[in-house]
Order: sequence, then C-alpha cells, then structure tokens
Amino acid sequence: MPIIDLSENGLRHLNETLQSQAQGTNQQDWEIINPRGSHAIAVGLDAPIQVTVSGSTGYYCGGMNKQASITVKGSVGPGVAENMMSGMVVVEGDASQYAGATGRGGMLVVRGNAASRCGISMKGIDIVVEGNIGHMSAFMAQRGNLVVLGDAGEALGDSLYEARLYVRGSVKSLGADCIEKEMRPEHLAQLAELLERAGTDADPAMFRRYGSARQLYHFNVDNASAY
Amino acid sequence: MTDKPSKPPRTVPVQSATFTPAVNAEIRRAAATGIYDIRGGGTKRSVPHFDDLLFLGASISRYPLEGYREKCATNVTLGTRFAKTPIELDIPITIAGMSFGALSGQAKEALGRGATAAGTSTTTGDGGMTEEERGHSRLLVYQYLPSRYGMNPDDLRRCDAIEVVVGQGAKPGGGGMLLGQKISDRVAGMRDLPAGIDQRSACRHPDWTGPDDLEIKILELREITGWEKPIYVKVGGARPYFDTALAVKSGADVVVLDGMQGGTAATQDVFIEHVGIPILGCIRPAVQALQDLGMHRKVQLIVSGGIRNGADVAKALALGADAVSIGTAALIAIGDNDPRWEDEYQKLGTTAGAYDDWHEGMDPAGITTQDPKLAKRLDPIMAGRQLANYLKVLTLEAQTIARACGKSHVHNLEPEDLCALTIEAAAMARVPLAGTDWIPGKGF
Repeated sequence: MPIIDLSENGLRHLNETLQSQAQGTNQQDWEIINPRGSHAIAVGLDAPIQVTVSGSTGYYCGGMNKQASITVKGSVGPGVAENMMSGMVVVEGDASQYAGATGRGGMLVVRGNAASRCGISMKGIDIVVEGNIGHMSAFMAQRGNLVVLGDAGEALGDSLYEARLYVRGSVKSLGADCIEKEMRPEHLAQLAELLERAGTDADPAMFRRYGSARQLYHFNVDNASAY
Repeated sequence: MTDKPSKPPRTVPVQSATFTPAVNAEIRRAAATGIYDIRGGGTKRSVPHFDDLLFLGASISRYPLEGYREKCATNVTLGTRFAKTPIELDIPITIAGMSFGALSGQAKEALGRGATAAGTSTTTGDGGMTEEERGHSRLLVYQYLPSRYGMNPDDLRRCDAIEVVVGQGAKPGGGGMLLGQKISDRVAGMRDLPAGIDQRSACRHPDWTGPDDLEIKILELREITGWEKPIYVKVGGARPYFDTALAVKSGADVVVLDGMQGGTAATQDVFIEHVGIPILGCIRPAVQALQDLGMHRKVQLIVSGGIRNGADVAKALALGADAVSIGTAALIAIGDNDPRWEDEYQKLGTTAGAYDDWHEGMDPAGITTQDPKLAKRLDPIMAGRQLANYLKVLTLEAQTIARACGKSHVHNLEPEDLCALTIEAAAMARVPLAGTDWIPGKGF
C-alpha cells in the first residue's frame, strides 16, 4: 500500500496524487501518515479508492468527496466531508463543528461525538454519529438522514426542510419548525439500513424520529415570532 | 366703513416632507398586510454617485490622445496573485452574479452570449450552474455562496474562476429569498428543495466564520481545483477598508466590492434602502487597503453597484478599481423594464422603469421569471446581441474619456483626473471639489 508522509511530501502532492487516480486504478489502498492536523486533506477525490489517514486532521478533511472511502484514525477539525457527493468518510474519533455540512450524498460516520451544527444545510448526505451532537445540528437541513446514537444539543433541526433525523438519546430542545414524528415501519427499515451501512450496532426501535412540521415553508407573518 | 370682509386668507394644504404620499402609502400597506415590502433591484433613493464626479480632461499641462487613431487599451487580467490560470478579459466590465431561479434560463443564456461576444465573463448565482450559461459563456465565474445550492466539485472544475460570496451591496448581512412562485421543479431540483416553497438562502456560510476560517476555506477550494482558478471574494459595501484587507489576508486573488446600488432578486425594501453604503464611498478605502498591503494591482479590485455608462466605468477605474461589474444595467440592456411592455406593467400595478417585483415571477419581459410562457418572450440570441452592443458602448465611452485624459490604457486613469461637484462626493471619492484644491477631511 502506498504511504504518503504529509510531513515530507506536502499537501499539494498528497491531493494531486489522490485526485489523479483513475476510475479503474489497481492502486486502491492509500495511507496518509503524519497528518498533524493539516487542513484540506484528501479533498476533491473522485475515484473508488480507500484512503486511511493515520492521525488527526484539521478543517475540511474529505471535502467534496466523490466515490472514495476515507477513514480517519483520529479526530477531525471543522467541516469534515463538507459538500460530500458520494463515497464514505469514517472518523474514528470526534468531529468538530459543521461535520457533513451541505453534503449531497454518500455517508459520513463519526464513531465519537460531533460538535455543533453537525449536518448543517445537508442536501442528501447520510450522517451517523455514534456519540453526541452539539447545538443547532441539522440547521436548515434539506435532504438526507442524520442518525445520532447519543444525545442532541439545543435547537435540533432548526428551520428544517425534508431531512430526517433519528436520535436514540435525549434532545435538549428542538429548533423552529422541527417536531417529533411517528416512527413507521418504513422508517425503522431505513434506519436499520443506515446503521448497517455505517457498521454501527444499535436497535432501530430505540430511536425517535424528528422532521419538519412544514409550517414555515410559506412565509406567514403570524409565524414571525418563530424566528 | 369698509365692506364686510370677504373669506379670510387660509394656508394652502402642505404635504409633509417627512410623511410624503409614498411614505403614507407604505404605512397603509403595512397596516393592511402585516408584512414588510419585498422587492428586487438596488437602492432607489438618491445617494452620492459617479454623477457627482467630473473628469478634468487634458489641458496645457496634459496631452490628450487622438480618438480613433491612438490606442487606448482596455484589457484586464484577473487572478494574477495565486491562480495558475488567470482570466484575461478584453474589457474591464464583467457581468455580476445573478441566479438561475431569479432569472429564466433564457436570460442566463443571453447574459452568457453577450458577455462572450464582448470578450468578458459572466457569473452564476445562488442556484448553481446551468448548462445554458456554461455552454454560452466563454468565461464563467462560479459563485460559492452560503446556501451552496447546486454546489459540486465538477462545476468547480469546469468554471473559470470561483467567487466566494460573503455579501452583496443590496443587503450586506442578509440572505436571499426566492418565493414559491419561482421554485419550479427544475429550480427545486437544483436546490434540493421541495417545489413551490418560499425558499430562504442562508446569510452566513455554513462551514466557516471569519477571516481565519476563510483562509482555510480558500485553501480547500484551491486544493480541489489544483490551484488553477482565480478565487474572488465578494463583499457588500459596508466596511470596505477592513473587508478588503481581510479578503487579501485570506488569500483572495480578486476582491469584488458591491455598493448599495447593486441589485438583488428579492429582499426587504427596508434592507435595500438602509443597509450598506454607496459604491462611491467604497472604492477609495478599498484601494487604500490594497495600497497599505502593497497589493494594489496585484490583487485586482472589481467594483459594482449602479454602473450605467462609460463615464461610470472610467470613474471607477480612475478611483483605483481594475474592473467593474454590472447587473441591473445588463438586465435593462436585454429588455428588463422596457416600455414596450407598458400595458402589462400597468396591469401589475406598476410602470416601465419602476417594475421591481422580480420575486413574483410575473416579469412581462420574461427575464425575472420561471414561467415558461413569459420566459419564451426573451430571445436569448437577440438579447445577447443587445448586451454585447451595450458593453461595447460602455467600453468606447470609457476609452473616449481616457484618451481625453491622455491615457493609453483605461487603467492609467487616476484620481488626479477627477474633481467633485459636491462636498459629499469630494469627501467620499477623496478628490478635490471642482475649482478648488480642497478634499474634505484632508485639510488645506
């Protein structure tokens, strides 16, 4: 397996090498060592390769990822897998703010906790957080699924559109227009599929589902106090 | 004895200068509806502007250049600081960002056609990149906005420059709104939203806050695009010195500065009219920031907001900008608010020139609409030609003025070529009041 030492080769070399991998490359497994909290590691990838980052990263690790599977053996800074299109990003530690922000596809798994605004403005990504998530998570979330095994902070799902939120633990408070919804069989099935894909062992029946009340979809002056 | 006095004189009715008929009408409208007024466009009130400046022209101590004979170049290169592939424009006038959603596909195509024919760039908006505009724009700037609607790495790589939008002149600090009438299936699909809802665009970026984060965000965008694309940072006219300095600090190749005359597709009227400052007051502080950092002409400055003619272009360049950007004027050039649709404007309760309910999607000219029947009224080929013609006129006018000031390139225009008609303009543009050597704030 090729190993890229970020302390020796530099960020440009790293990303250029990974971005240039062709669709049918035989060199599918890559390891990045000495990330030392660097920003923008493994961004803009577009091939079905497996990348292991041995250590913690700074901002935007795996940003705009397509197809690639990226595993971070450590924790990540803000904006991990931001605007991801497809593929998979797994964080074995914790994630800072904005994890999975605006993601449009693929799956982000955080084995630890995620800080505030996890899944902000998500547009189709699936996010599974095995620990807790911070305040204002799924703010203005449009599409996709956010699964949380632990607790959610204040104002979960504020100004939510059509994203689905599944939380096993407590929710400190719900944001504007976010309500608890019935967990029907199709939701249990979907949740089971998400958990399986994330490699997460949990019973779907233990979760509650939250979504948009759709009361703010059309501006109404009587709702002004909701903002 | 005098005759019985006739009716004593009375004061004539006097309308209040504070509570004008328009003000009172708005109070009554607010009282009836309980909601603020939303509209498109930029500020409509009179603010100090380029009209308050004059060029001095050549005289005994300054040589003019011969019109039609001696060259006055207009080309501009944007993105020379870090980008491997800077943008080369034939003219110092670009087309500002306007979204598909706010505008019809035909309008976006027309803007691309016109800009390309004139040798300049056009810009996407808050709705992602459409094939119409990519296909018809030789140079396309891709906006990176808080909403991130339609954002994807493939479009990032097929654009010619990236514009990180922090704010715009019509509403510094405000997000966008696109009402349900304009959220067609196609628009909704591009934005990952249900069709027909009143859609709000975020006012803040979701994954960065402040200049330190912005620097890292720009690093990420450069890494994704191989350091090829020029990266612009667009700010609304508010604190131009500091915003320009911070954009430079964050790694911008180009700073785009939009004054309060710059238009929007839809925002509260109170926001448009009361937040932000005129472009005239923005340029010198921004140029000062670039000069203080040793980056003037290294980081290019594009200014916008109320550019209408070649004189405005020349004045903006003389104050230190590298290029200007037009939005409202471009829409007018392709047919917005054209008197030919007066009957229909009347039916909408307005008149040609005043129509600003762009958010309602009922534009008779077929520009600010998603209604296929209305949109079909705009012929993108003809409209593109009109825009190209207009851009040529702006350029010729700017060249005419530059030659009169003895300049062989429009970038050689300088503040020394200008004077001001009003004290306000003199203070904002930092040029002397006409006939004096007095620049307010500079002492004697």
